[in-house]
Amino acid sequence: MSSNALVEIRDLNFTYDKRPVLQGINMTFPRGRLVAIMGLSGCGKTTLLRHIGGALKPTKGCVRMDGQVMHELDPAGLYAMRRKMGMLFQFGALFTDMSVYDNVAFQMREHTDLPEDIIHDLVMMKLHAVGLRGAQNMMPSELSGGMARRVALARTVALDPMLIMYDEPFAGLDPISLTVIGDLIRRLNDALGATSIIVTHDIQESLKIVDYVYFMAGGVIVAEGTPDELRASDKDFVHQFVHGEMDGPVPFHYPGVDFRQDLNLRA
Amino acid sequence: MERTKLDLWVGMFVVAGIAALVMLAMKVGNLGTYNVSETYQVHAYFSNIGGLKPKASIRSAGVLVGRVTEISLDTERYEANVVMSLDKRYQFPKDTFANILTSGLLGEQYIGLVPGGDAEMLKNGEVVKQTQSAMVLEDLIGKFMYSKAAEATK
Amino acid sequence: MAVISTIRAIGSRVVNAVWRIGVASRFFFLTLIYSGNSFRRFHLIIKELFSTGVMSLIIIIVAGLFVGMVLGLQGYETLKRYGSESALGVMVALGLVRELGPVMAALLFASRAGSAMTAEIGLMKATEQISAMEMMAVNPIARIVAPRFWAGVISMPLLAALFSAVGIFGGYLVGVVQIGVDEGSFWSQMQAAVDFREDIMNGVIKSLVFGTVVTVIALFEGFDAPPTAEGVSGATTRTVVTSSLAILMLDFVLTAIMFRGA
Repeated sequence: MSSNALVEIRDLNFTYDKRPVLQGINMTFPRGRLVAIMGLSGCGKTTLLRHIGGALKPTKGCVRMDGQVMHELDPAGLYAMRRKMGMLFQFGALFTDMSVYDNVAFQMREHTDLPEDIIHDLVMMKLHAVGLRGAQNMMPSELSGGMARRVALARTVALDPMLIMYDEPFAGLDPISLTVIGDLIRRLNDALGATSIIVTHDIQESLKIVDYVYFMAGGVIVAEGTPDELRASDKDFVHQFVHGEMDGPVPFHYPGVDFRQDLNLRA
Repeated sequence: MERTKLDLWVGMFVVAGIAALVMLAMKVGNLGTYNVSETYQVHAYFSNIGGLKPKASIRSAGVLVGRVTEISLDTERYEANVVMSLDKRYQFPKDTFANILTSGLLGEQYIGLVPGGDAEMLKNGEVVKQTQSAMVLEDLIGKFMYSKAAEATK
Repeated sequence: MAVISTIRAIGSRVVNAVWRIGVASRFFFLTLIYSGNSFRRFHLIIKELFSTGVMSLIIIIVAGLFVGMVLGLQGYETLKRYGSESALGVMVALGLVRELGPVMAALLFASRAGSAMTAEIGLMKATEQISAMEMMAVNPIARIVAPRFWAGVISMPLLAALFSAVGIFGGYLVGVVQIGVDEGSFWSQMQAAVDFREDIMNGVIKSLVFGTVVTVIALFEGFDAPPTAEGVSGATTRTVVTSSLAILMLDFVLTAIMFRGA
């Protein structure tokens, strides 16, 4: 298992402003698999992703990618490692001053010396894979949310990365786009032989496509397992999350003073 | 394609900017009139240069023929040593007369050259011997007051 | 107690300002270090020259024309009292080439191109485009900041020269064409009084300095802006205010160094 893992997280701790954000995280992402990290907003999922990308330095523990410890790499080594990664940001983060075509071609132009006609063919292949070959001359401002996400996906896989990370890929999409993106994530992962990490709170969509799930809450892992195991789980938290119940271990009310006191009622 | 159109605009901008600089240099500044021609240097000693400054113009019969390049005090004679760069096209006789003049009542000061009748011409590094210092307004007023006072006591 | 807290507030503001100057200087230094790529791929700079230089052309030309016309009018009224209307050309030209050209062009540049730069980069940051670039192993300072910086430094002297040239033409229009100052003395006195190295080159040096300062401030504010709507709008305002003050203060310093005693 361990030798087969592309990314390993061992006892990862991260403290920001004296507030512990991540505590003792252990995760393994085997090659070729699609793994989801789920949890409520603000539970440290995005912070975890930024550690895998090497953008943050852990307080304790390490992230090992392809056998190398991310936070021990020098800038050149880090950039070399990032060229093997692709990341899809929450709202796509397309470069607004470039056309769809130039967005997808961006990394090819930055990192390779390929002639422009080969770049053209590669861009067409990537755009065709997400079904947006016809939109190549549009600017990001002209795209709908779902289209922008698909273009961003094409850009993410432009250089055929071995690790693809998705930060909330389903946020703010209509049901059709949601299915399209979910399907694309699965198919691209298998077609490229890549490993994918999805950070999301969209439980229903991701349970359909992923191989393994980690549940996070308050900076620790509270549950893990395959989608089937989780659906069948009787843990309170997982049950509330999977079925989207309003009250449970995660309360509806933010902690505060007694309601009667706030209304100035004397008991 | 889009890029060539953009290149065109940027090209026009750069050309217009450089043209403006060249126009400033040639038409507004003195690069076109003076710096291009070759020059030769002559000295002159003045007992008082008034407000003459380096880069002041040197004129003969009203025509710009050169510029003052350096002004220093000669501590042997206690006179101002003025180095003038003159245009090679204009040669002046050895007994040329150099005056410090003022353009207008309060204008800037310049050196006026009045050529003499000598057959030999001034060469590079030679000295203009006959000079007349600047008229200093305070001195003039002083003289005027003095003569008035002398008149009054008569 | 109020006094102490006021002093403390002032003190922390000063410390904060010094801190920002330090970070901005490091940012400037990094920009210079990572500039190589922009020159190897010069079309990146050309693209930015369009949005900084070409897009500022109209405001620069119109403003230059009117400033020159006002100078012509005011200069004539003043010089007439001393009977030296023929020095109008000198006054207009020196005023523009030494001071108004570089300073006004830089102020307009700060509010036209500088604010746009800050807003653009601030929004790029807010929409995670900068993080995305970093995750693609592309250095955002080399790819986003450096081309904009050089475009600003290149366009500023050109814009200032255009401003001065158009302004002198405006002065000519009012002074010679409308009021009727002698055309010959207008140009010839100007040529006699304006020195290429002393006046024009110093003006160019001034505008190079202003261009550097304004673009660095604009880019830094954008890069440093909190990734929210208020953050970006605040940074845009700060760009205009800080760079305008910096231009005027630097102008005094440069003028004192360049023209003292000459």
